[in-house]
Amino acid sequence: MNGQKFPAAEFSGADLSCRRGGRTVFTGLSFRIVSGEVIVLRGPNGSGKTTLLRLMAGLARAVSGTLHWNDADIADDLCAHGARLGFAGHRDAVKSAQTVRENIAFWASLRGAAPTHVDQALNTFGIRHLSDIPARVLSAGQRHRVALARVAVSGAPLWLLDEPTNTLDDAALNALRDTLSAHLQRGGMIVMASHGDLFLPQARALDLRQTQPAAIAA
Amino acid sequence: MSGFSTILRRELTLSLRSQGDVMTVIAFFAIAAALFAFGVGPELNVQSRIASGVVWTTALLAALLSLERLFALDYEDGTLDQLMLSGTEPIAMVLAKTLAHWLTTGLALLIAAPVVALALQLPTQAYGALMMSLALGTPTLSLLGAVGAALILGAKRGGVLLSLLLLPLYIPILIFGAAAVEGATLGLSTSAPYAVLGGLLVAALTLCPWAAASALRHALE
Repeated sequence: MNGQKFPAAEFSGADLSCRRGGRTVFTGLSFRIVSGEVIVLRGPNGSGKTTLLRLMAGLARAVSGTLHWNDADIADDLCAHGARLGFAGHRDAVKSAQTVRENIAFWASLRGAAPTHVDQALNTFGIRHLSDIPARVLSAGQRHRVALARVAVSGAPLWLLDEPTNTLDDAALNALRDTLSAHLQRGGMIVMASHGDLFLPQARALDLRQTQPAAIAA
Repeated sequence: MSGFSTILRRELTLSLRSQGDVMTVIAFFAIAAALFAFGVGPELNVQSRIASGVVWTTALLAALLSLERLFALDYEDGTLDQLMLSGTEPIAMVLAKTLAHWLTTGLALLIAAPVVALALQLPTQAYGALMMSLALGTPTLSLLGAVGAALILGAKRGGVLLSLLLLPLYIPILIFGAAAVEGATLGLSTSAPYAVLGGLLVAALTLCPWAAASALRHALE
């Protein structure tokens, strides 16, 4: 949110395989992303986009392969890895009993972000007028905006976004695009799963169809 | 440590806002104890004879009541993912949530216990021991409970599973907690049960947050 640049960094994964419920989701997957880059994960349902994002976040564990942040294995310090990423998954982690502002302010304060960033994020995603109402009355799209605002206040260099464009209207979509572009300009990195348009001109696609076990066997 | 206090504050806010959570625990405690009183009949010396065991057993069951939700709600709505990635050590997060659970159940039980004990005709000389044993024992219930609550994540009928998992582990706390009250009733020294309860608390404090944090990581995979 602030104008400060992130130090140059590199995030990479080598030869990753992952199994869910006894089924190999993907195998032999490698990627590399540096500051200012964006990767869009493509692939049909069940091809492992969400799994890969959780793997990158350190929430899930790979059967084989390693993930490195600037040559350091992320498994060595998962807590520090968590601190350098902002994650927006399928579940929005919005507490209904709290107001919109309280929801975002909690995560901002856990990350040590200044309260002004909270207001800025509320403005960016067009939820400023909702800031003092309880989150239980929000629509799905509004909750999703709150989740994205949380990522924006995280101050983390790496953003992992699972279908960030889902449920968003045109105005929110524009806000998201602007926020993502600004993040990249600061030297941030973005990995996102998306079915829709790449919608960021500099985006690089990572197609998970090529890392399916069937594709490799054939 | 700032993460610890931030999470603790939010947990307390949330549980105070979902009014009823604390009251449910207290109401369950009072009603379950009343059932014993009705069950054994109005004979005063029988009631006062079993009061120590009844207060401790019902307090323990009441503490169990709210444990299922300790991590389950956060697991379902994705908050647990975010907490794990927040840069706060998972152990500090577990400790903050467990302390919040104790403050909203253990402490509430501690306040309600003398009233319930009074209704069960607990002899006057035993009240100090009742409070002391609950103060030493209920934090251990919350800490062991945190491990159980983390282990049942993702399981169907988690609540039943949690009871089966935790109640056997609660037996030592029940034995020494009730023994302290019983001892005080009979005018015996209570230092031995206190020492055991204190020892159990220290052991739980060192091991349980670590075990619960590992179980949470596993649950999220």
